[in-house]
Amino acid sequence: MRVLVIDYKAGNLTSVLKALRHLGAEPIVTDDDLSLVERAERIVLPGVGHFQATERLDATGLTAAIRAAIARGVPFLGICVGMQWLYAGSSEAPQQPGLGHFAEPCTRFAESSEKVPHVGWNSLEVKNGSRLLAGVEPGEYVYFTHSYKGPVTGDTAATTSYIEPFAAAVERGNVMGVQFHPEKSGATGLKILSNFLEMQAKEAE
Amino acid sequence: MITKRIIACLDVHGGRVVKGVQFVDLVDAGDPATQAARHAREGADEIVLLDITATHEGRQTLLDTVRRTARELFVPFCVGGGIRTADDAAQVFEAGADKVSVNSAALKDPMLIDAIGRSFGAQAVVVAIDARRDPKAKDPVRDAEVFVQGGRKPTGRRVVEWAREAEQRGAGEILLTSMDSDGTRAGFDCELTASVSEAVGIPVIASGGAGTVDHFADVFGRGRADAALAASIFHFGISSARSLKEELAKAGVSVRLPC
Repeated sequence: MRVLVIDYKAGNLTSVLKALRHLGAEPIVTDDDLSLVERAERIVLPGVGHFQATERLDATGLTAAIRAAIARGVPFLGICVGMQWLYAGSSEAPQQPGLGHFAEPCTRFAESSEKVPHVGWNSLEVKNGSRLLAGVEPGEYVYFTHSYKGPVTGDTAATTSYIEPFAAAVERGNVMGVQFHPEKSGATGLKILSNFLEMQAKEAE
Repeated sequence: MITKRIIACLDVHGGRVVKGVQFVDLVDAGDPATQAARHAREGADEIVLLDITATHEGRQTLLDTVRRTARELFVPFCVGGGIRTADDAAQVFEAGADKVSVNSAALKDPMLIDAIGRSFGAQAVVVAIDARRDPKAKDPVRDAEVFVQGGRKPTGRRVVEWAREAEQRGAGEILLTSMDSDGTRAGFDCELTASVSEAVGIPVIASGGAGTVDHFADVFGRGRADAALAASIFHFGISSARSLKEELAKAGVSVRLPC
């Protein structure tokens, strides 16, 4: 199972690569090789830290290459900031546009008595029909660490509640994202990554 | 609902897990990779590995230990001890840690917190604070003092004030160890933990004094801790994180179960 992992210098890739290898995948990492994106069978965009780091995707031409790959039907998974990048943008870096695949913006958790960032294990409410989350039972726990989040919309594949319900996972066709860290979420996380790795690229209709 | 985390802590010396009795008489307690995997299997929400005698010569040992421990670990993994520069942190991340814990070096050079956070994100920086109540002060808890170098050296800094500075500089979590409670198995310092947890907007991990299930319930309640560290407790009566969490669930604490 070949998978291309995009490195845009937003944090550390070691844990994601380790989990993919554990599942029998052969991850290839690139930070600028557009030809690898053109030939990719699957793409994972990890990312921790600040939304501004996604600027590098635009500067290297990766944004356009990924957009084309998505249009070809290549399965795509964004993790944490990588998921937020699929939206219009984030109030964390208002000048930096996201891919815009999902039209809404990501926003910071509302002011409340709860702590931000949201750090720890929280439960998933999975919507029926998600391919990415197939086999995940109601209430299974995954590990989060984030201050910004996507809104709950028709494309939301799972919700989690912290201060308010937010999109823990998003999925439309071959484009998927998870706000949590599947590579750090024990057996549940590995199951989700395994579901993704089993997806095949197919030509878009 | 967000759950309270039970974090298993491995004290490592020369590449082996050690148990100390009142900080002396270190006893070999196994291989870090084996022990970390066991704790994760038995329900720990996170693993912390502390190189308790970090020296420059020990760096390669630490990196090798981190690499081996991280290899098959799919829960969050934090490493501390001897991380003095952003480059040190980068090497530990490269070896497979998800977070680093900084203590003495951050007090000496607080910009270290900013630097690691900038490169790896706030979620990757845990600031560890070793705290002791000031019995001479009017408010011993509010005026608790920060110690460094394994608790040997007072800094003159107030715990709450340093925790706030760490947050402002971009720390993602505070690991608060009560030196007064550490090793006593008589309970966490809930007043101290609450004073820090209420002063900052980032999660606080309580450490020091765990002895019974009630101590954990207490620090999550009265102590307002977001997570609690358990080290030697799994050697003394409470068999695993899972059994601890099952008891906590009965006491009404939200924990990750089944796990």
